[in-house]
Amino acid sequence: MSGRDGHGRFVFEGGRIVDPAGGVDAVRDVVVADGVVAGPEAIEGAERIDARGLVIAPGLVDLHTHLREPGDEHKETVETGTRAAAVGGYTAVAAMANTTPVADNAAVVQAVRDLGVAAGLCDVFPVGAITRGLEGDLLAELGEMAAAGVRMFSDDGRAVPTARVLRNALTYVQAFGDDLVIAEHAEDASLVDGGHMHEGIRSASLGLAGRPAEAEEIVVARDLALAGATGGRLHLCHVSAARSVELIRRAKADGVRVTAEVTPHHLAFTDEDLLTYDTNRKMHPPLRTDHDREALRAGLADGTIDAIATDHAPHAIEEKEAEFDHALPGTIGLETALAAILTELVHPGHLSLSRAIDALSVVPARILGAGAHGGPIGPGRPANLVVFDPDREWTVEAPFASKARNSAFLGARLRGAVVATVLRGELVVADGKPTR
Amino acid sequence: MNEHVLSMHDLSAEDVTRILDTAESFREVGTRVIKKVPALRGRTVVNFFLENSTRTRISFELAAKRLSADVINFSASGSSVAKGESLKDTALTLQAMGADAIVIRHSSSGSPLQLTKWVDAHVLNAGDGTHEHPTQALLDLYTMREKLHRLEGLRVAIVGDVLHSRVARSLSFGLVQMGADVTLVGPPTLIPPDAPAWGVHVSYDIDGVLPKLDVCYMLRVQKERQRLEYFPSVREYARFFGLTRARVGLMPDEALIMHPGPMNRGVEIDSDVADLPSSVIEEQVTNGIAIRMALLYLLLGATKEEAS
Repeated sequence: MSGRDGHGRFVFEGGRIVDPAGGVDAVRDVVVADGVVAGPEAIEGAERIDARGLVIAPGLVDLHTHLREPGDEHKETVETGTRAAAVGGYTAVAAMANTTPVADNAAVVQAVRDLGVAAGLCDVFPVGAITRGLEGDLLAELGEMAAAGVRMFSDDGRAVPTARVLRNALTYVQAFGDDLVIAEHAEDASLVDGGHMHEGIRSASLGLAGRPAEAEEIVVARDLALAGATGGRLHLCHVSAARSVELIRRAKADGVRVTAEVTPHHLAFTDEDLLTYDTNRKMHPPLRTDHDREALRAGLADGTIDAIATDHAPHAIEEKEAEFDHALPGTIGLETALAAILTELVHPGHLSLSRAIDALSVVPARILGAGAHGGPIGPGRPANLVVFDPDREWTVEAPFASKARNSAFLGARLRGAVVATVLRGELVVADGKPTR
Repeated sequence: MNEHVLSMHDLSAEDVTRILDTAESFREVGTRVIKKVPALRGRTVVNFFLENSTRTRISFELAAKRLSADVINFSASGSSVAKGESLKDTALTLQAMGADAIVIRHSSSGSPLQLTKWVDAHVLNAGDGTHEHPTQALLDLYTMREKLHRLEGLRVAIVGDVLHSRVARSLSFGLVQMGADVTLVGPPTLIPPDAPAWGVHVSYDIDGVLPKLDVCYMLRVQKERQRLEYFPSVREYARFFGLTRARVGLMPDEALIMHPGPMNRGVEIDSDVADLPSSVIEEQVTNGIAIRMALLYLLLGATKEEAS
């Protein structure tokens, strides 16, 4: 497969289509013409691409990406971040609001979206801040941002500090659409401030201040009560603790409008993986115990946890090559998410491939209201696709398409590799490489 | 007629009609050169205002004076209340001085009802906390009936900070009582969650409501810091809930624009909208005096005359 400029006509031949939204898991040709999936009649004159042995799925959708622009362009830009997304098989990302200036108004939101359009590598859905300046005090202009197309609001990086502000946010946004989502970074600041890893036997032996699991559980419980009372839509970011999963399970049974995400790194690692003080595995919330990881895996499999999201958090080298307690938290994730999920969950038989695609694409597209993404892969639908080799093995190493290299998976041997990414009919990634 | 005027809930549809009809006859007094009748000569009305108010106090004062009552104005600042006297003791003092009616404005919801348990005078609620403001509702009903010739079936939107508005409560209760069709409009944070139990509709979409209205009633939006927890900014409020000239274009031509005052021009109502012919805000003020005359007369004068 060679690089090509897109708006042509091509057909993936002999690939396995995994399209949970369309209820399809079968070997079938996929024709792309003029930006959309076409019927078999369009096959004439189409460029043929051998997809035997490959999986074709709806393009992945990330609910949780830090693109860092504006303000922290030394870590990542919209251009480099969406390039990383495309390389990882993503056709849409939700860009978190903790930029400088904060995306707490329609102007910043529009600027971020425009940068995404200019890069042309992946659709960017800006997330708006819940509170002005992420200060946790006064509501940001949620209505103005909703009118500018924002579907999700989050103060990610910290929890909304008071129940009162969160209740007002969950209530207020209902004026501007029934589908608007308040997304919460669930960690109680008073319990985690100054902490660097999961609080437990490992933090004790490593001599690092902890961030206890109950810091998450407390905020999750509070938020679920408020979502239930207000009827607002709550999304819980990067769930990491076993008891959070149980709280969400019960709330869903009670009819609370809640969705939840989990990251590949919380599904793959535990606090045992911090014994070398690897700062690339320092993140908020922290990697927890094997018991927590098992609960996350079970919750993802049974749908209690709806989606897989990367929490792609690029940092400059000097911000990570530092003492553990000084290093900034976060790992990049866009380029390794699919391979990590295949390696850790699908190949060992913990998760079906169909549910993996569901959680990486279909469900996050629905949560984000990104109707052009997540499938189904049918005639006339926008051609937003990922094509991957489920069995190709590779070693995670720098450089990345991302400007950053702080990957928790550095050095890992993963099985599963993105071959192509199609954004509205354009091959933005071919042979695993960006075409522009 | 009841002994007191505390809540619109206490008034039957017949009571409301009687009050409006009585006000009708008193309104003519305000057009005379000598704006005075002797109906309440020798009676004492105390304006007991423990919360700042100009227009309501003046309206009550004029109403009582046009009925020839003796009027005492009592406000919190510089009074015994400022010196720490309790509400009850102050009320008992007013009673001891022979007040026949006490008009009370207080920041505490329910205080007029409490007052009735301590004094024998007739009590008129001139606004209590975030509870009720029945005389405002009655003057609004009067204005609507005068302009549109009916109350039953009228489609009225009450737009703004319903949660903290005593006007919105009293007007909602009164309109529902008279068979009108009421829709509360505002940001969800400023609409009481259980408001539909009042018998009203709730909408967050003013543009969807305006075309089907007989009256658009705008509430004052408080801009104080503590209100800003409920909506992000005055600018955003005005964009989504303010009555602009463009939005007036969505309303039927004959529909009324009302506001209890004082207005925030440029926030809940644009300046040029407030001055449109369909805006009856000044008439509301004029009618307020007639309504208050009617209430004082019905409480203090009518019974006495009927008895004699």
